[in-house]
Amino acid sequence: MNQQDIELILKADDLKQHYQVKQGLLKPNAVVKAVDGISFQLEKGKTLAVVGESGCGKSTLGRMLTMIETPTSGSLAHLGEDLLTLTKDAQKKLRQKIQIIFQNPYGSLNPRKKIGAILEEPLVINTNLSKAERKEKAISIMAKVGLKAEHYDRYPHMFSGGQRQRIAIARGLMLDPNVIVADEPVSALDVSVQAQVLNLMMDLQEEFGLSYVFISHDLSVVEHIADDVMVMYLGKVVEQGSRTQLFENPKHPYTLALLSSTPQLSPEKRRTRIKLEGELPSPLNPPSGCAFHGRCSYANDRCKSETPILRLDSNDSQEQGHLIACHAVEENRTENYTQNVA
Amino acid sequence: MSLLQLENLSVTFGHFRAVDNISYKVEEGEVLGIVGESGSGKSVSSLSIMGLIDFPGKVSANQLTFDNQDLQAIPEKQRRKLTGSDIAMIFQDPMTSLNPCFTVGYQIIEALKTHQGGSKKELKVRAIELLTQVGIPAPESRLDNYPHQLSGGMSQRVMIAISIACNPRLLIADEPTTALDVTIQAQIIDLLIDLQRKKQMGLVLITHDLALVAEVAHRVIVMYAGQIVESGPASEVFSTPRHPYTQALLASLPESAAGKSRLEALPGVVPGQYDRPLGCLLSPRCPYATDHCRKVEPENQGDLNRQVKCHTPLNSEGRPAA
Repeated sequence: MNQQDIELILKADDLKQHYQVKQGLLKPNAVVKAVDGISFQLEKGKTLAVVGESGCGKSTLGRMLTMIETPTSGSLAHLGEDLLTLTKDAQKKLRQKIQIIFQNPYGSLNPRKKIGAILEEPLVINTNLSKAERKEKAISIMAKVGLKAEHYDRYPHMFSGGQRQRIAIARGLMLDPNVIVADEPVSALDVSVQAQVLNLMMDLQEEFGLSYVFISHDLSVVEHIADDVMVMYLGKVVEQGSRTQLFENPKHPYTLALLSSTPQLSPEKRRTRIKLEGELPSPLNPPSGCAFHGRCSYANDRCKSETPILRLDSNDSQEQGHLIACHAVEENRTENYTQNVA
Repeated sequence: MSLLQLENLSVTFGHFRAVDNISYKVEEGEVLGIVGESGSGKSVSSLSIMGLIDFPGKVSANQLTFDNQDLQAIPEKQRRKLTGSDIAMIFQDPMTSLNPCFTVGYQIIEALKTHQGGSKKELKVRAIELLTQVGIPAPESRLDNYPHQLSGGMSQRVMIAISIACNPRLLIADEPTTALDVTIQAQIIDLLIDLQRKKQMGLVLITHDLALVAEVAHRVIVMYAGQIVESGPASEVFSTPRHPYTQALLASLPESAAGKSRLEALPGVVPGQYDRPLGCLLSPRCPYATDHCRKVEPENQGDLNRQVKCHTPLNSEGRPAA
């Protein structure tokens, strides 16, 4: 293992999560490839955004990274240590370093526990701190996320959505993690509260040097917070690159369609609408070849039969680390990207 | 005469005013966007137009007319005839607004049967026609599907088919795309706008997505804590907001901030039942609030075309006028 790998907070290599689905008594089990071969690297203090529509496997990815689920195959390393081959005890230790924030703050907090108890629970399970030390720690973290000390004895129902999400973030921070997987952390919130929570997340990132895996379907939020972006479609990555590469020079037809479907406030930023016909195909019965070919306007016979591989754009040698899985881009069949509406 | 006209409409639940003296009108062929955060009264105000507010909710208005008919004065039976046919509504969550126990065809035909009648055969033909109009492939086979067999986007298309079944003149869409993915959202909005243009319907589009309203609405109303704080042509309201709340909402969108900078977040939350402030409802959160704002409720300023409910509306540079 080289020096560079050790400095990477998270390094995933060809992660796969396949589920067996029962089809009935007499039929053989079907396999749903929820996540099918994903690789990425996450550096300290950086944010990796995972974008895609519902059913593309982005939440499954989050659950694998936090070891809620064990991947079917692939490797996942945290600071150079392989998470999947460790002993149970060592895994438990490492789990503390990777925490998760869930989408819905109304569902993710136990309504029968006080905020203090919710925040201290990870400490009770994982550390030997005394009661007083735990309370001190909880109150200091509460201050960091903008909650007052008097909130310690309150129940979740006494808080608004934004405050609940702050509590969820505080709970994620209790064990001094260095990676936080945020699964749609702001999609249940109103815009003004969403802005407060995003600001808080950016402040905490700076203060604690946190790395985020930010799972979202909202491209405008992703454009704001991400360093690197990964666009997923039906369990596979279709385009991966830095924020500027993805938003200023998107290549994959699906990324283009996603960007053009996102409503824009200012007329200058509106893009020509690329209409996508149909919907995400069923993962039980994925299309042959490129999974996107049924909805793609550039699809040809090759797309229907051969699965494209995620690779560097050969036509653009300037681009460092901009990966695209598309035959049309490779063969230069896509039109040039236009930002403005004619 | 406007298609729909409201004057000082209020909806109260006990002592709580969910909607507080709002007035607006919708013309034929117009797309009106209503934006606001949760708890601002957007949905309750439209439910009251549909006559869907149940006890203990109380609706009162100086004027509530649809196509010259006073909705408060006409008998219940006549009003029931209007809702669902001339005034139709699409709800937020398509998965829960369709009845899971009946087929799609049954639910579309139910709306047709209630309002128009006809033989079984005619109704079925009309239902297939409607499903074709909303872009559902193989509509004949879809008629026998149950809602759980449809995806979110498909269910919302069915909801739209039901709502346009009787050729409504006013369609109220309450967050029609919030539960859907962006590419499906784009499909559904295109469909709605297309139908609206073809049929020259009035469309009230309720949403919290400012950018969506900016793209499709002619006029926009911004609501805050049950009140209309600003209204006007969509392009003007979004380019030069005159109310501090509109300005703050726009500034809190991630796309307004350059790069990875902090977002301009409005502190605090929308006031609820027990913490409604005196004077201007925004005053505890407003960066420009003065003592006057905290004591006296502002009046609507400006003409009907462009209204703002603020003591010191913002000028074109985004600063309060002295």
